[in-house]
Amino acid sequence: MSDTTFAPSYGPVAIPVRELLPWAIFAGLMLMMAIYFVGAEEGATSLIRGTYVHEFVHDGRHLLGFPCH
Amino acid sequence: MVGKLLLRGMLVGLVAGILAFAFARVYGEPQVDKAIAFEDQQAQAAGAAPEPEMVSRTTQAGIGLATGVLVYGAALGGLFSLVFAYAYGRLGSLGPRGTSALIALLGFLAAIVVPSLKYPANPPAVGNAETIGYRTELFFIMIVVSIAAMVAAVGLAQRLWNRLGAWNASIVAGLAFLVVFALVKAALPDINEVPENFSATVLWQFRVASLGIQLVLWTVVGLGFGAVAERVVAVRDQRSPARRYA
Ligand SMILES: [Zn+2]
Repeated sequence: MSDTTFAPSYGPVAIPVRELLPWAIFAGLMLMMAIYFVGAEEGATSLIRGTYVHEFVHDGRHLLGFPCH
Repeated sequence: MVGKLLLRGMLVGLVAGILAFAFARVYGEPQVDKAIAFEDQQAQAAGAAPEPEMVSRTTQAGIGLATGVLVYGAALGGLFSLVFAYAYGRLGSLGPRGTSALIALLGFLAAIVVPSLKYPANPPAVGNAETIGYRTELFFIMIVVSIAAMVAAVGLAQRLWNRLGAWNASIVAGLAFLVVFALVKAALPDINEVPENFSATVLWQFRVASLGIQLVLWTVVGLGFGAVAERVVAVRDQRSPARRYA
């Protein structure tokens, strides 16, 4: 353990882009879909029929700043 | 590494969502109720039949609001962690907490404050149903342009860093961002669909509450994520736990 204690102070190490990219694409898309359902589904565009999603998250949509009515 | 950060980001976002929900209940819901009362009164005065409620107001203001804000919070936390995963180690010697706080500050400005200066949040009763597509499009264009301008400004600051020093490089980049914002603000059309006799007080308080909800979300994510990310990145950076980041 003593060698870590006296190790020189390393700076922050960046994560290589090739390691990050698959995460950024797949998780990024999923997360943006989630925001889409809260913010815009059954408003401007509609993937699911009806207006239930819109009505259910209605207050959140207004209060989070999305155009709604 | 990225997976660990992502999971933690979403969890911190969930916590932020819970706090934002509490804030929304106390400061946001009263304004929503007042706006809906106005809407009903207008409809009644026009002789229209009251709109049938598919989802009750109790559900909308309770589990509906909670679902919306929590899903939004977790998604925000997840996206935030991905931005952090890229930015960490690429912003000079800034440690995990500093990186997280800086992303939150710049992200809040670029994704929330600046777009809302052009297209602010609106309560129910404000807004024409026929223009929802148009308004949504403009809203997202504004967000995308604002975030792109912020990313470019950070890049500019980094390029000028060595030549001008930290302060001057940041001031120049900030001014460049403002110029872009001013041009975009002038280029995009204005929207004003506030009914003539709608209470200015309710509108103002609704917008402040809306901004407050976002401030709660971004503050908790920015400070909370830095704290949990510190332990994750310390392993990779080969830091002993005792050695603190700047
Ligand atoms: Zn609405």
